[in-house]
Amino acid sequence: MMRLINCSLYVAIRFLFIVHLLSVGFVYAGAKQTINIAYFTQEQKVPPPMSNLDAFIKDKGVLGAELAIDDNNTTGQFTGQQFVLKKVIVPLDGNVVDAFNKVFGDQSPYVIVNLPAEHINSIADLPAAKQKLLFDVATIDDALRNEQCRSNVLHILPSRAMRADALAQYMMKKRWNKWFLVVGATEEDRLFAEAIRRAAKRFGMKIVEEKTWEHTYDARRTAQSDVAVFSQVDDYDVLVVADEQGRFGEYLEYRTWNARPVIGTQGLVATAWHRTHEQWGSVQIQNRFKEQAGRWMEEQDYAAYLAGRAIGEAATRTQSNEVSRLKEYMLSDAFALQGYKGNPLSFRPWDGQLRQPVLLAAARSLVAVAPVEGFLHPKTELDTLGYDQPESTCKWSK
Amino acid sequence: MMKRNILGLLLTVVLGGAAQAETVFVTLEKDNALAVVDPIDGKLIKTVEIGQRPRGIVISPDYQFLYVATSDDNTIKIVDAETLKEVGKLPSGDDPETFALNPAGDRLYVSNEDDSLVTVIDIADKKVVEQIKVGVEPEGITVSPDNLWVASASETTNMVHWIDVKTNAIVANTLVDPRPRALSFTADSHQLWVTSEMAGTLMILDVKTKQIIKTIKFDVQGVTPDKVQPVGVVIDKDNMRGYVALGPANRVAVINAQTFEVEKYLLVGQRVWNLAFSPDQKRLYTTNGTSNDISIIDLDSQKVTKSVGVGTYPWGVAVKP
Repeated sequence: MMRLINCSLYVAIRFLFIVHLLSVGFVYAGAKQTINIAYFTQEQKVPPPMSNLDAFIKDKGVLGAELAIDDNNTTGQFTGQQFVLKKVIVPLDGNVVDAFNKVFGDQSPYVIVNLPAEHINSIADLPAAKQKLLFDVATIDDALRNEQCRSNVLHILPSRAMRADALAQYMMKKRWNKWFLVVGATEEDRLFAEAIRRAAKRFGMKIVEEKTWEHTYDARRTAQSDVAVFSQVDDYDVLVVADEQGRFGEYLEYRTWNARPVIGTQGLVATAWHRTHEQWGSVQIQNRFKEQAGRWMEEQDYAAYLAGRAIGEAATRTQSNEVSRLKEYMLSDAFALQGYKGNPLSFRPWDGQLRQPVLLAAARSLVAVAPVEGFLHPKTELDTLGYDQPESTCKWSK
Repeated sequence: MMKRNILGLLLTVVLGGAAQAETVFVTLEKDNALAVVDPIDGKLIKTVEIGQRPRGIVISPDYQFLYVATSDDNTIKIVDAETLKEVGKLPSGDDPETFALNPAGDRLYVSNEDDSLVTVIDIADKKVVEQIKVGVEPEGITVSPDNLWVASASETTNMVHWIDVKTNAIVANTLVDPRPRALSFTADSHQLWVTSEMAGTLMILDVKTKQIIKTIKFDVQGVTPDKVQPVGVVIDKDNMRGYVALGPANRVAVINAQTFEVEKYLLVGQRVWNLAFSPDQKRLYTTNGTSNDISIIDLDSQKVTKSVGVGTYPWGVAVKP
C-alpha cells in the first residue's frame, strides 16, 4: 500500500515536473517524432591506380551522413525528434532505378543521393520520388542546376561554375590575367573547361592558349618529356588544367617549359572541403569525423553531412517531419546552416544549389577561401560564385 | 600660476599612477603566449610563454590567479597573476577552449567541444566533479551571478542548456538562432544575452521563463549581412548598456540594455571576438584576431581611443586591477 502511494506520488511529481519543464523551455516529453532519411548509392568500380599514394576510398559520403544523423539525434534528445538513417547500396551490376522503386515506395521522404550525374534525373523523375526531397551529394554539373533542374532535388556540392569562378577570383587577385588552358579528353574535362571559359569572360581574364592533352597517361614518359614540349606556347601567367579524373594533371607542375603555377583540377584546386581547412571551428568536425571514420573527410562526406544537417536543422526549427514544410523552410531566408566555412550556408531558391564559400587548397596548405575579398554582390558575396539568379535557366521554382 | 600648474601636474601623475595598476592579459592563440598590456599607457609590457594554443582566459574573483585553457596541451593552467608562473593544472578534458568560473571562484565549468560535454571541476581538489552531456559542440558557457544557473550554448545543436548548479543536471533547453557563440547574464541574473554567429543576432532570454524575449538583428552599413558574425557579449553592472563583438564586421555594437536599441557601432580591429571591461567599467578591451591587436574603448565618450599590437591571433582577454 505504502509502495503504491509512493508510486502514484512519484508519477504525480513527475507529471508536474514535465509540465513545469514544458512551460520553461524546450524539453521533450512524450512520443518522439521520427524523421526517416535514406542514403542511396551504388558500389563503385575501383579505377586503375594512377599512383600508390592515395588508396581508393570506397565509402565516400556515407560516413558523413552517419555523423550528421548522430549530431541530429544529439539535438533530438532535447527536442523529442529521432532521426533514422537507412542505407541502400546498389551492387555494381544492379539497376539504380529498379532499386529505388523497390526499396523506397512511400517510405523515407528524404533521400541523400550519391550517384553520378546521369542517374540523378532518372531517379528524380520517378513517380516514387515525386513527393520526396532528394539531396544530390556527388554531382557538380551545371546542367543539373540549370535547364535540367528538378524541383525535388537540392544540390550540395559547389558546381563547376562555382569552382571556376572561385579560381578566377583568386587568379584575378594575383593578376594572373593570361591563362593557358589544358583540357583532358573526357566529357567531364570538357565541362570543366567550359566553366573556366565562362569564368574568364565573367572576370575579364584572357585565355591566351588552349590545348587538349592527347599524350599518354604514363608518368615515366609523360612527365619527363611530353610536358616540356607540350607547354611551349606563347607567354602566359598561369596554367589552368581540366582533368577531373586526375589522369595527367599531376604531371604538369614543375615540368612546364616556363616556370608557371598550375591551377584547376590539380595544383591549386577549388573544393567544398579539404583536410588543410582548420578555420571557423572546422578542426572540430575534422576531428570528430576522423575519430569515427579513421580517415580524412572527403568532399562527398562533407556534402552528405551537410545534407543530413540541413534536414536536421529544418526539422528542429519547424518541429515537423513533413517534406513540404521542411523544404519551404530550407528555401526560405530564415534557413542558415553552419558549414564550418565562416558564412552561414543556405539554398539558392532559384536552382536548389547550396550557397557556400569554396576552398582553394594546395596539397598541404589552404591558400584562400572564395569569395575572395573585394568581389562584391548586392545581396551576398557568396552569389559571386556560380549562376546568379538573373543568369539561371532553371525554371523549377516558377 | 606656476604653482597651480605644478599642482595640476602632480595631480595628473598621482591619478595616472593609480590607474596604471590595471593590467590586461591577452591569450595569443598562434604564439603560444600571453601578452601583458598596460592599457593606460596603451603599451605592450611583455609577452610570456604560456603553453600550446592558449584560448580561454579567466581571472579569479580575488585577482590572484589566471586560468588559461591551453587547448593543445589539453589542460587549463593555473597561473599566478603577479609572477605569471604556472602554479597548477586542472583536468579539463580534451581541447578546452571556453570555460566559466562560479562567483565564489571555487568551481570551473568547461565546454568540451569534441565530446559534447560540460566538465565541472573543483578547483581546490583539482578534480572532475561531474560531466554533463549537452548538445553538439558546446562553446559559450557562463554562470549566473546568483549562482543558480550554468548556461551552456551548443553551436551545432543551436541550443542553450540550462544546468541547475545544485544538481548539475539540465532542466531546460532553449532553441536559439544558429551557431550560438557566447552568452552573458545581466548582473541581476534576470536576463541571459546570447549571440548567434550565423544569424547575426543577439537574443535576450528571460531567466525565469527561459524564453527569448527579444532578438536584435545587427545591420552595419557598408557590411554585407554574412560578415556580421556576433561573438563576445558583455553587459555593464548597472544594466545600462551591453556590448557585442561582431567578428569580421570589425565592429563592436553598443546596445541600450533598457530599450534594446542598437545605439552605435564602433569600428575596432579585424575579426573582433572577445570583450572585457576594466574593473571600474570605464573602458572596454577587445581582442582582434586577424589584425593582431586589441582595441581600447573609452566608455564615457563611447570612442575607440587606442589599439595596441599584442601578437598573433589574440583570442581571450582578462583584466586585473
